[in-house]
Amino acid sequence: MKYLTEFRDGPAARSLAADIRRTVTRPWVLMEVCGGQTHSIIRNGVDQLLPAELELVHGPGCPVCVTPLELIDKALAIAARPGVIFCSFGDMVRVPGSEKDLFRVKSEGGDVRIVYSPLDAVRLARQNPDREVVFFGIGFETTAPANAMALHLARREGLGNFTMLVSHVLVPPALEAILSSPTRRVQGFLAAGHVCSVMGTWQYPPIARRWSVPIVVTGFEPLDLLEGIRRAVRQLEEGRAEVENAYPRAVTEEGNRPAQALLAEVFEPTDRAWRGIGVIPSSGWRLTEAYRAFDAEARFDVGSIRTVEPARCRAGEVLQGTLKPHQCEAFGRECTPRTPLGATMVSTEGACAAYYHYRPLPVAPGAHG
Amino acid sequence: MCLGVPGKVVEISDTADGLRMGKVDFDGIRKDVCLAYLPDLQVGDYTIVHVGFAITKLDEASALESLRMFRELGLLAEELGQSDPADLVPPACPIPGWQAPPGPA
Repeated sequence: MKYLTEFRDGPAARSLAADIRRTVTRPWVLMEVCGGQTHSIIRNGVDQLLPAELELVHGPGCPVCVTPLELIDKALAIAARPGVIFCSFGDMVRVPGSEKDLFRVKSEGGDVRIVYSPLDAVRLARQNPDREVVFFGIGFETTAPANAMALHLARREGLGNFTMLVSHVLVPPALEAILSSPTRRVQGFLAAGHVCSVMGTWQYPPIARRWSVPIVVTGFEPLDLLEGIRRAVRQLEEGRAEVENAYPRAVTEEGNRPAQALLAEVFEPTDRAWRGIGVIPSSGWRLTEAYRAFDAEARFDVGSIRTVEPARCRAGEVLQGTLKPHQCEAFGRECTPRTPLGATMVSTEGACAAYYHYRPLPVAPGAHG
Repeated sequence: MCLGVPGKVVEISDTADGLRMGKVDFDGIRKDVCLAYLPDLQVGDYTIVHVGFAITKLDEASALESLRMFRELGLLAEELGQSDPADLVPPACPIPGWQAPPGPA
């Protein structure tokens, strides 16, 4: 793996890692919020450049992983209906519901289509006026503007055959939930770079002050991550708890105002259940009154859903940073990316998938049976 | 999924439905991208694109450096939604010598 060697041996990485080692005088626990960051850290071995006192805990910032099981089961029920074209980002199609996944529904005859952009789903609705086109609208603040624009167009064009199954989640309330947990270990955050490209950094100073935690907005590349870690550690060692922007090339304090304006028109805050974590107050977006007609949950009555989580899956603990993926008894045995028990083993951002693909680690004691 | 790919705006057009769209070049792959959220973006500018939407402007040097990373990590096709659905089953672990732990006894 040429890139790994190049990165690790690079003078910039060496110098950042050396500065971190010089700065650290005692144990600290940092959480990288975004699953894209988790993958970059594990894939590039960023954590292995850090001193032993510094622990990185992987956060819940994987939208596919935290989409509640009930909503996935609803998606499966809607996708199986005749006359429906069910559109989803590719990441979602192998996430296990209670009994099956979208891939299975497709193989059983459901019209499930993987789209790159929600605008592709709008186009399908225009082209197929006799079909119901449903888009699985998941994601954090980064993805929400795209989904909002799809809804905006559908409403403006009066596309009566387009609806969205909305499962949007928000970063700031999740940080507060993690900080208010009685088992909290996290002492500082690397905030998700592209979430802040959209939303800006202005939401975070109150959180940093209230909980006395440094929050460093961080990018996705190995050097970005080292720089974010370096700044967070420096704050902790100096007793500061501030919001810093270590990703200024893509993030401003105010964020993308046109996007925020449309988000406010299309979405409003709602309590949201996070898979493996539970309900977090005001941690999601649902459609505003003006857009309620495009709500797939209202359009399709799928009856009562009885969800069944696999008993062996400990994804909730992984998502909350209390368990490392390889410490789970099922990791790498009955749970692999081909036979996943939970979404964290499926998604390109899931922590379990990152460990499985990129890190040869000993599994938990007793896991060999 | 919150990754975004940097690319260069090579064409801007207003479509019939009034949406500001453009073509963005990602290291040779061109895609239609919605530019509605960056009204000041010009042809020749670099931007970060996420699920078909330009979300923030980027300077050229940073964009080229990021693109190099994406290329080397083999993430470009995946992030641009060009992976074949058959590829959604992830490949085997690229680390030499790594084997999944043995199954149940």
